[in-house]
Amino acid sequence: MTQDNSGPGILVEGLTKSFGDVHALRGIDLVVPRGTVLGVLGPNGAGKTTAVRILTTLLLPDKGRALVDGRDVVRQAAAVRRSIGLSGQSAAIQEELTGRENLELIGRLFHLSRPESRIRAAQLLEQFDLVDAAGRPAKTYSGGMQRRLDLAASLVGRPQVLFLDEPTTGLDPRSRLAMWDIIRSLAEGGTTLLLTTQYLDEADELADEIVVIDHGLVIAAGTAEELKSRVGGDVLEFTVPDRNRLSDAVNAIAIVGEGERHADKETGVVSVGVGGRGSDALIDAVRALDAGGVQTRGLALRRPSLDDVFLALTGHAAEEEEQNGKRRRGRRAKRDETKAKS
Amino acid sequence: MTTATAPTISLPDEPSLLARFRWAVSDTMVIARRNLIVWIRVPAYLVFTVIQPVLFVVMFRYVFGGAIKIPGSISYVDFLMPGIIGQTAAFATFATAIALAQELKKGVIDRLRSMPMARSAVLTGRLVADTGRMLVTILIVVAVGYGVGFRFHNGAVPAILMVVLATVFGLAICLIAAFTGLAIGDEESVQAFGLIWLFPLTFLSSAFVPIQSMPGWLQAFANNQPVTYVINTMRALAIGGPIEADLWKSIAWLAGIFIVFGPLAVRAYKRAS
Repeated sequence: MTQDNSGPGILVEGLTKSFGDVHALRGIDLVVPRGTVLGVLGPNGAGKTTAVRILTTLLLPDKGRALVDGRDVVRQAAAVRRSIGLSGQSAAIQEELTGRENLELIGRLFHLSRPESRIRAAQLLEQFDLVDAAGRPAKTYSGGMQRRLDLAASLVGRPQVLFLDEPTTGLDPRSRLAMWDIIRSLAEGGTTLLLTTQYLDEADELADEIVVIDHGLVIAAGTAEELKSRVGGDVLEFTVPDRNRLSDAVNAIAIVGEGERHADKETGVVSVGVGGRGSDALIDAVRALDAGGVQTRGLALRRPSLDDVFLALTGHAAEEEEQNGKRRRGRRAKRDETKAKS
Repeated sequence: MTTATAPTISLPDEPSLLARFRWAVSDTMVIARRNLIVWIRVPAYLVFTVIQPVLFVVMFRYVFGGAIKIPGSISYVDFLMPGIIGQTAAFATFATAIALAQELKKGVIDRLRSMPMARSAVLTGRLVADTGRMLVTILIVVAVGYGVGFRFHNGAVPAILMVVLATVFGLAICLIAAFTGLAIGDEESVQAFGLIWLFPLTFLSSAFVPIQSMPGWLQAFANNQPVTYVINTMRALAIGGPIEADLWKSIAWLAGIFIVFGPLAVRAYKRAS
């Protein structure tokens, strides 16, 4: 195919999409160089899935332009479909068919011959450690195996650009790590990858570049390190059982914090960014709290989460918004909102 | 990296019409085959589509049959069987709507739409498989009918035509079901909605009882709705009798359903999300 391979794997300019009066995308720009991994980070309803659906030709944008593998997703949709793979939030496999049948079916629909689809299915079953389960109906698979099969199905056509929409949402920690290994090896193999996630650690592990999306806009972009430095590095967090001493606790840790201090009146959870000071900050905090006579529980350092990034970037917590326009707030979001106010 | 790439790749983007048609047929058959495998492997589908009509035959023949009087010299089982066969074809479309709603919800349709296959194939493959499934079910019901005393009295060709008409009728209902399945997109709602329109349409018709036994206001509806025309035509083909008026009305109604719901189902598929 005489095709320009020098451009980026994905190029998005000024993309907008509304559903009625819900503005899912309000003008986003993205560039994903070939062979790199972009992590798209954002809470539910930020517009991640809408962006993926437009880039995979499932949805028409209102305005803007998007090229995938050098082709326009609107005017050259058929060509785009030949160079992409999509693995969505749920396992889009036929549960009554076996793992092997699922992959062979996709192969046939990619217009591989019968023997070709059989060979391709066998390769992928091997690669995804599903050989032993290949003859069993997919409904007998564990959640992690179903996701692996789904990911394998998205690779049948040897895509140049792969879209993974929240590939580990709902998986147990072990399956999640296994999925990370697979995604890492795909990236090493040179596939251009766009990965959406709600988890900062996932983007941190897998992505070369991260963009943070909120309410249909890109609110930050950079490497994981750059984003984390904006949060103020690690987070020191503890609970004060006696709510009356909450403000004393916040005052006591003034000396350790580099970032803003947050206290949740409902749960008694206090958190503060401590930059790169790590265990020194921990020791200082213990001393200060002890000197102030404040009792605490569960004092610990943790890596910054998506919530922390959102607090730092937007001043508000990760807010959940459904695509169909119904607004709802997750438990986490609610908690952090109280934090932000105090 | 710009628009300059467009001309160089426009050639492979536009395969010839013939090639596209060939792929559409091939993709349709691949999807149809998958759907038939699923049908055979899910016991609930098999029960719903095969056992249920057989139960209807036995129930109406032996439970209600004795209480239902048919004018003239026709036996009830001969009256009943074309009705049951028509109802079987109509009810078989429940599975169509439910399966499409499930695929939509699970993301299977998204996956297929993001692939370089013929976009029509998910729908046409579904229709081909469901028509095949319907035909098998109809033949089973005919066989059961023979077991409980039903006979074709009008010769072999009309008997075959009756089965063909029942299948075409089922296909028409299938299109409506496909549209509702894709438009509603939620399994439970689809099922409930199917009951709301399919039950009245099949039971308030000439399928199970002579319309003359209904109250007047109901007769007005039952006499003028498509299921009655189709069942009357099937009955005339199976056991003889006047056919012309019902046949043309059946054809007109079925053509109308294809013309209206074909495009609607395609549109619902394209917009499905």
